[in-house]
Amino acid sequence: MTRAAAWAALLLGLVYFILPLIGMVEFSLSMRRGEYSFDAYRIVLADPQFRQTFLYSVMMALATIVFGMALVVPTAFWVRLRLPHLRPVIEFVTLLPLVIPAIVVVFGYIRLYNTSSWLPLTGSLTGTNILLMFGYATLALPYMYRAVDTGMRAIDIATLTEAAQSLGAGWFTILLRIILPNVLVAVLSGAFVTFAIVMGEFTMAALLNRPAFGPYLQLMGANRAYEPFALATIAFAITWACMGAIQLFTRFAKARA
Amino acid sequence: MTTPRPPAPRPRRFNPAWLGILPFALFIAMFLIAPTLNIVLGAFRTPEGGFTLANIRGLFTPSILSSYWISIKISVASAAIGCLVGFAMAAAVVLGGLPRAIRAPLMTFSGVASNFAGVPLAFAFLATLGPLGLVTGVLRTELGINLRAYGFNILSFWGLTITYLFFQIPLMILIVTPALDGLKREWREAASCLGATGAQYWRIVALPILFPTLLGTFALLFANAFGAVATAYALTGSSLNIVPISLFAQIRGDVLGNPHLGYAMAFGMIVITGAANLIYIVLRIRSERWLK
Repeated sequence: MTRAAAWAALLLGLVYFILPLIGMVEFSLSMRRGEYSFDAYRIVLADPQFRQTFLYSVMMALATIVFGMALVVPTAFWVRLRLPHLRPVIEFVTLLPLVIPAIVVVFGYIRLYNTSSWLPLTGSLTGTNILLMFGYATLALPYMYRAVDTGMRAIDIATLTEAAQSLGAGWFTILLRIILPNVLVAVLSGAFVTFAIVMGEFTMAALLNRPAFGPYLQLMGANRAYEPFALATIAFAITWACMGAIQLFTRFAKARA
Repeated sequence: MTTPRPPAPRPRRFNPAWLGILPFALFIAMFLIAPTLNIVLGAFRTPEGGFTLANIRGLFTPSILSSYWISIKISVASAAIGCLVGFAMAAAVVLGGLPRAIRAPLMTFSGVASNFAGVPLAFAFLATLGPLGLVTGVLRTELGINLRAYGFNILSFWGLTITYLFFQIPLMILIVTPALDGLKREWREAASCLGATGAQYWRIVALPILFPTLLGTFALLFANAFGAVATAYALTGSSLNIVPISLFAQIRGDVLGNPHLGYAMAFGMIVITGAANLIYIVLRIRSERWLK
């Protein structure tokens, strides 16, 4: 490949990626006729529904991260320590959410955990929130597990565990005070991906009827002219911030090592 | 004559270490496997609970078949173009002799863009290629090209395909860059020592090695597009008849008249994305033999 062709491929690609972003930002700023203004942003930020749905999604994202990590970190640790022959199986299972579309999973939730079932999670608000959090956790599972498992590959789990045990540490202490600090960067990068996924998720929240940011975005898109583009810009900034944070942490960890 | 008794199977002792992954196994069983199985079994069940193939047969009506067909077309087109463009961009950065400083930002951006799907992505493209969009406007006022007059509409096959490319291309870049890195310099040198031209090296050495990765990633991108709901829904409402949208409408309010037809549609989706991912996994295992 010649250098000119390489530049051409790269630049054409970049044009394709940058134009929609410019279009989006430009539209979000042009609420006032003939001049750029932040009016759309002002209206959106003042909308109580924006604050509620945004806050709801932030809380759900944090809950999903805590729950997901409580599930994934001990499992990845245990599989590497005691059940290494199971690793391919577990890895395959964690990739399943990429195979089964989210809309199918949530359809299954609605049929399986409705009010007339043995576990009527959708019968109460708390139950539905928990169900939605479980749904988000399955969506984030491929990314979380991969991040944590890669982090654990870099440390000598067996030696660390034996050293801790010989000093009298229990499993809980080992996980929380030995393993977790060692894979913190991996955990954080998994957490930021999860945050980005949950903040933008639409299908599950819409079908479980919860007031999340994604369905609110869609609703605004169907009813307003300029505000949706301000919201989309905000959503893009969140995704960008999450990915930037991952890069920053990884680089920081490398510099320290 | 006595037949030799088969050796008694050794009693498999229960390994207590298995208990350690019990919470994980329970979560997966209850919130991933069971819901999916419920849908799959529901596709073969009558409302009274008996076995039937009628739901599956119900899929073969013109309107449902056409929604599957357009979904498959969009997924194939966006996966194929995504693979080509993503490959070209990754090859430009890895092999094209561009400054190394470009690479890290491109990978970061790919991470962002591959996660920037769903509703906001639909808005970004509406603002660009929609009837009042930036590019549509510039083309009309500056160059006198009216996209509408050429039959272009963002709420169409091509509109959706172009939009999906925004997350398909970065995904391809993220997956194929390590594979391109795995092409050893020695292979190229060995090929040119034996008198191969650049084109021959690609045709006989590099592409066959990359082939499983390329085809596998194609399958992954296909499944990725096939299951996408939010982008399409925000972009087209329910005006474009693709499978995830029909299923979404069906779950919201039983538009097909028969709830079990919804199961069958979901089952059809699993079969298609499942087949695509199976191809991806098999090919990935094959490609890892070379690209260690």
